[in-house]
Amino acid sequence: MEKNNQKNNIDERVIIAGFGGQGVMLMGKILAQAGMLAGLNVTWIPKYGAEVRGGTAHCMVRISHKPIASPLVEFPTAIIVLNKPSLVKFENKVRPQGTVIVNSSLIDEKVTRDDVKVYYVPCTLLANQLGDVKGSNMVALGALVASWGFLNIDVVKEALKHMLPAYRHKYIPLNQKALDEGAHAITNA
Amino acid sequence: MKVLTNGNEAIAEAAVQAGCRFYAGYPITPQNEIPGYFARRMPEVKGTFIQSESEIAAINMVFGAAVAGARCMTSSSGPGISLKQEGISYIAACQLPVVIVNMMRGGPGLGDVSPAQSDYFQATKGGGHGDYHMIVFAPEDVQEAYTLTFNAFNYADYYRNPVMILGDGILGQMMEPIEQVNPSFELPLPEKDYILDGCRGREARSMMSLFLREGELERHNAILQEKYKRIQEELCLVEMVDVDQSDVVIVAYGTVARICNTVMREASNEGIKVGLIRPITLWPFPAKQIYDKVKNNAKVLVVEMSAGQMLEDVKLALNGKANIDFLGRMGGGIPLVVDILKKVVSMKGDS
Repeated sequence: MEKNNQKNNIDERVIIAGFGGQGVMLMGKILAQAGMLAGLNVTWIPKYGAEVRGGTAHCMVRISHKPIASPLVEFPTAIIVLNKPSLVKFENKVRPQGTVIVNSSLIDEKVTRDDVKVYYVPCTLLANQLGDVKGSNMVALGALVASWGFLNIDVVKEALKHMLPAYRHKYIPLNQKALDEGAHAITNA
Repeated sequence: MKVLTNGNEAIAEAAVQAGCRFYAGYPITPQNEIPGYFARRMPEVKGTFIQSESEIAAINMVFGAAVAGARCMTSSSGPGISLKQEGISYIAACQLPVVIVNMMRGGPGLGDVSPAQSDYFQATKGGGHGDYHMIVFAPEDVQEAYTLTFNAFNYADYYRNPVMILGDGILGQMMEPIEQVNPSFELPLPEKDYILDGCRGREARSMMSLFLREGELERHNAILQEKYKRIQEELCLVEMVDVDQSDVVIVAYGTVARICNTVMREASNEGIKVGLIRPITLWPFPAKQIYDKVKNNAKVLVVEMSAGQMLEDVKLALNGKANIDFLGRMGGGIPLVVDILKKVVSMKGDS
């Protein structure tokens, strides 16, 4: 019952940004899939222009208990930034009281605003310790989900199965560990 | 059961569900998920997928497939659709049921890969030569992209006319949950008594778009125009929300209409009543419905991702009845909620 009450005022607008190749598109898709599995309305839009691996890319995810009108995110309630250019680009767009997840392994700068909740998570380092640097995106996603609390991390783990093609399913356990690692970084903070 | 999918893949699956078994196309962003999906899916249903050598080849391949009686589709974006225009004109002249998808990107020229709505004139006014029209559907979300594409094949057969699905880069690449439920179609589909599938046991047929005998081409055009008139009377689709009791009425289609839905909500928080008119068929344009609904001297705002193309159809529809203003972004720019809201506030203030 408590959970249902919580779901009645969900209206998250998320921007996930990083270098092309860091897995920002996939993170957004998994987040959207998890939101859908949790019974919420979701949209996902990629934004990469003509950029290539190594350029900057971002995606926009909306998760809401109400039907979603515009799928665009102009002023996010939460951002995940995996590299420095993304922090510079989006820091000032975040709504007051919004959430900022910073990959502190690759970003040495601090967030300059004091009206947002900031979590510095060494995503790249933590993923490396788990054995695969490619899991750093899942560490960051686990951190965001844990900071929210309305989306169960198990639903996000379930979403991996839907979003990854069958030939990549062997990587699911590692990705699930990475999600947990990110969540722990928040709950232990 | 809901599935999370993007507009391009929803369109491709709707085509398969509608019985499309022939697709030809040449890659271009932002619609590459369409050929990508067909490349996997067509072999499963024993259909044909061809990545052609060019857009011109692709439109002529579907021309041939339609002549042979197959449900068929091609897709592209801006520059590729321009290349297809000669073929589209031939297909319209031969009255063939072909479904063409244009996921619009910024133009003119090679432009960029960002979403746009600047191919409206090309789609609705006849981008190729001659007096012809395609039926043009403009879905606003992934669910509607699925539904309209499914029925695009039915309307194409019902009217023997090419149909275009006109979306933009956002619609194509956006993922949303949809129900893959095939819509009903109540109209009886005519027998395909024109197709060229071998004349053993029947009289030989032919199909041409060349009419050289005295008066022959004009008579053919009259037949086409009669059909277009019928389509205009029967098929205008439009969604109208809170138009009666509004301070400002917005007219927008596709992705922009969704953005304007958010504007409606935010304006109502500021005590301003905004109505929304969303044409779903861009040709035939729902001119009569719009004229009948909008009050004299109403304040109307047309919002587009173009320099003002549908704007002209709105002006024609309202015929001086209302005060029409315009807000547009070009070259891949997307109108922001804050900017539209500011415009709405200033329009309400000018009394």
